[in-house]
Amino acid sequence: MPAAETYPDDLKYHPEHDWALIDGDEATLGITWFAQDALGELVHYEAPTPGSTVAKDESYGEVESVKAVSDIVAPLSGEVLVVNQKAVDEPETVNDDPYGDGWLIRIRMSDPAEADTLMDADAYRAHIAEQ
Amino acid sequence: MSYLSLTDADRDEMLAAIGVASVEALFEQIPPGVRFGRELDVPRALPELELVAHLSELAKRNVHTGVELSFLGAGIYDHYVPAVVDVLLSRGEFLTAYTPYQPEMSQGVLQAIFEYQTVICELTGMDVSNASGYDGCTVAADACFVAKHTSGRTKVVVAETLNPQVRQVVKTYASGFGLEVVEVPHRGGTIDPDELAAASVDAAAVIFQQPNFLGCLEPAPDLAAAAADAGAHPIAHVDLMSLGVLEAPGAYGCAMAIGEGQSAGCPPLYGGPHYGFFAARQDFVRRMPGRIVGETVDLDGQRAFVLTLQTREQHIRREKATSNITTNQTLLALAGLVTLTWLGPQGLRGVGETCVGLTEYAKERLGLPLAFERPTFKEVAVRLPRPVRDVIRDARELGVHPGYALGRDYPEMDDVLLVALTEKRTPADVDRLAAVLAEVC
Amino acid sequence: MELIFEKSRSGRRAGRVPDYGLPKPELPHDLRRALPPRLPEVAEPEIVRHVTALADRTFGIDTGFYPLGSCTMKHNPRVNERVGRLPGFRDLHPHQEDEGAQGALELMWRLQEMLAEIAGLPAVTLQPAAGSQGELTGLMLMRAYFADRGEERDTIITADTAHGTNPASVTMAGYSLERVGTDARGNLDLDDLRAKVNERTAGLMLTNPSTLGLFDEGIEEVARIFHDAGALLYYDGANLNAVVGISRPGDMGFDIVHYNLHKTFSQPHGGGGPGGGPVAVRDTIEPYLPAPVVARDGDAYRLDHDRPRSIGRVRGFAGPFGVFVRSYAYMRAFGPGLKEMSEVAVLNANYLLARLKDVYDLPYDRHCMHEFVLSARNLKREHGIAALDVAKRLMDYDIHPPTIYFPLIVSEALMIEPTETEPKERLDGFVDAMRRIAKEAAESPELLKEAPHRRPVRRLDEVRAAKQPVLRYLFDEHPALVEAE
Repeated sequence: MPAAETYPDDLKYHPEHDWALIDGDEATLGITWFAQDALGELVHYEAPTPGSTVAKDESYGEVESVKAVSDIVAPLSGEVLVVNQKAVDEPETVNDDPYGDGWLIRIRMSDPAEADTLMDADAYRAHIAEQ
Repeated sequence: MSYLSLTDADRDEMLAAIGVASVEALFEQIPPGVRFGRELDVPRALPELELVAHLSELAKRNVHTGVELSFLGAGIYDHYVPAVVDVLLSRGEFLTAYTPYQPEMSQGVLQAIFEYQTVICELTGMDVSNASGYDGCTVAADACFVAKHTSGRTKVVVAETLNPQVRQVVKTYASGFGLEVVEVPHRGGTIDPDELAAASVDAAAVIFQQPNFLGCLEPAPDLAAAAADAGAHPIAHVDLMSLGVLEAPGAYGCAMAIGEGQSAGCPPLYGGPHYGFFAARQDFVRRMPGRIVGETVDLDGQRAFVLTLQTREQHIRREKATSNITTNQTLLALAGLVTLTWLGPQGLRGVGETCVGLTEYAKERLGLPLAFERPTFKEVAVRLPRPVRDVIRDARELGVHPGYALGRDYPEMDDVLLVALTEKRTPADVDRLAAVLAEVC
Repeated sequence: MELIFEKSRSGRRAGRVPDYGLPKPELPHDLRRALPPRLPEVAEPEIVRHVTALADRTFGIDTGFYPLGSCTMKHNPRVNERVGRLPGFRDLHPHQEDEGAQGALELMWRLQEMLAEIAGLPAVTLQPAAGSQGELTGLMLMRAYFADRGEERDTIITADTAHGTNPASVTMAGYSLERVGTDARGNLDLDDLRAKVNERTAGLMLTNPSTLGLFDEGIEEVARIFHDAGALLYYDGANLNAVVGISRPGDMGFDIVHYNLHKTFSQPHGGGGPGGGPVAVRDTIEPYLPAPVVARDGDAYRLDHDRPRSIGRVRGFAGPFGVFVRSYAYMRAFGPGLKEMSEVAVLNANYLLARLKDVYDLPYDRHCMHEFVLSARNLKREHGIAALDVAKRLMDYDIHPPTIYFPLIVSEALMIEPTETEPKERLDGFVDAMRRIAKEAAESPELLKEAPHRRPVRRLDEVRAAKQPVLRYLFDEHPALVEAE
């Protein structure tokens, strides 16, 4: 079942439609409801390898639907700790629960101050309203 | 002109609907400076009857295999194309359809491509085949692109016994990909596995040909192992018509199997159009170039076919696509499917056995020294006592084209003639070749 | 419908190979095939019925109207098939000595001459196998040209309306890509262009008319901007059917042009191919053309392989010869009347546009060339009906859908190209169907969302096809078949 449109208040948002949940010096990353809705049902998640590094504003993987492919942009920089295997095996999980079971990677942040440049939920809602 | 359908009355009505006085008004968007101001300087229009006469006259000035007994091969082979292929080619639905973007309109061609992919996988021992590439040259370049992206390495190794045109195309493409191409020389007609192993270090892929361009059978399993041991993807360039008797590349560890499909289903046609086939192990599926058809179901749950994994392709992934290919060679690939179906497993084995038998017979009957002491499939390289080009000229005077001058590609083989024998040649044809060569040599 | 493998029964066969009574050959054990391939075992009658049934489930131009934008689905004259199969062409070996292939070489030379006249450029290679290979060839020619001049240029500019092949070819040729926007009239945005062209720019790739079906009104200025920067212009000939005899790419300022013989010059598309993608160039680029080229010495023709500055070979032999025969025949049937071919293509497109623009959105309201782009966004907004639904419903009217969701800059795009060979009645039939569908969208949207209703299959589960790919017949999952053996 596709999720209803939400933008939780405890997350930080990147203009390329990615979210981050910050927990100490670690962060969980994923794509927003808006992003999964624009793509349609996902059929493939090309994930990074644990141990690799991701850089803020740069792509760390791809998600694909039948007729579209999208880079996943990192909202924060850091080292990949874990990849969500469930999203790899059943990519539709991202559609069903983009902020829960459909998370994509967990990183150790290399520059936690970067979080200050991200949007809160209200700012992100305003951002997508413009699109 | 008879291909246009509008009457004067139609034009008037249409112009009125558009709201312009003449067709000329529609071209006002073209800046006057780039309008073409005169009539095209091309030959006059020909009615159909004159068109046929003109093209027949051009066709008559070609010496084809119906008027000259030909032993030419070297990449393009005169195998028999069965009459049932005409059923396919004469059906306008196949002939005049575009790429099957809309599956509900195109189940027939989609299913046929799925069947073709299955046949290619069966013959090569691979898991996945695309719907075809342009020819046996460009699929090799495609394979290099795949190998580069899956290995992260920037060198490919090609056997010197790989068809020279294939090597040339690989080199042309490789400059764009940023790939270095290294050639491994032959030793007595085939590649030495140890030498190949040494060259394969840090290579993305190794491409060799079985049977090779010189007509010899390579120690293919040893070559594949040598490449794989060095961490390079082994890629076999094979002839579909050999795969009833020769081992499938998948059985000896190849990562990809590619080749020119012409020998199965297509007449020589002065070089094309034919089809290149491209098959690979499952792990390459997301890097495959070109169209791929997959099985699925429709809303009612009935089996149906559709172009799938399209996110690999240029119309979606654009500059990150696995290839720029869009138009391919579907109609020719389907001619291959019909031909291979007509042959069946027994027929394909029969073709192979006849080719090998005729080649052995030719070795004996020609009585010429063999250029290479290696097992062969359907081509044999022999040494001539006179320059090959002169022999070809003199033999053609007597109505026989004796084969391909290997000196065209290998300067040290100035005296070597490559003779091709398909099941369309008979022992009596070989006898005639022997007599003609005896006369002109 | 059964697959051919499901019709297979062990021991059945169609083709038999002559037995010349030669000794059974011995192949080395380790090279010999261990397991026979599971090719179908079917006798000829059922092969014929199978192919016939597959044809019945396929829609071609021969079946009906096929306004697939940017694909130029025109009539394929049958005389072209007849001459394409003359034994002197069909059975001619490509390694035949030039002296034994004079008719074929003359045909190619004549084709080159006509193509050169149409492009307004002097030199032509016939070698590329399709349009996208022509693009790659053209970019490699640019690279060779600049390398010879000692200039380092690494960027190619394309329009945001470009076919996907353009950016894909740019990457394969080792260039980086820069995109330029489209202005409100559908022309290239000249300010954006001026800001992006510099000494690193190798060239522009452009379709003109664009994929919006609009001729770029600023093309002379576009050419000036690139040439002033020392860069080159590449013409993607996908839409050449709009301008033959009316405007020549060479006169527009393009330096390199590819043709799609399977679009403009009626090579049948065969369910995906074959095609042909010859490339014409200015004399400054001629030395780099792929080898071989067809040359003429007096009355004799030959393949010229001696081209030291050539980029090399891009395909086997001299190109897809059978395609040349068909396209040459098409061109000779028109002669200088090829101009009328383009005029009627443009007239037909404008007629459809005029009769449809009040029911579908028209993003760029001006006369079109040989094709035009409508948007179903009004139906989407008002009734939740997407371009896809319109396309699927057209099938129920026995019309092949237009190209949809392209170009990318138009939402819910419907890209319509009728070609010159359609009679007015077919055009009117299409207009009627499109207008009725717009009405159905308001009155019975479910009918459209579930369309098509009258095809051999209904809408497919494409997600399943991509998520769990089944790309060949799985023999092992059909045990009944194994038992039958």
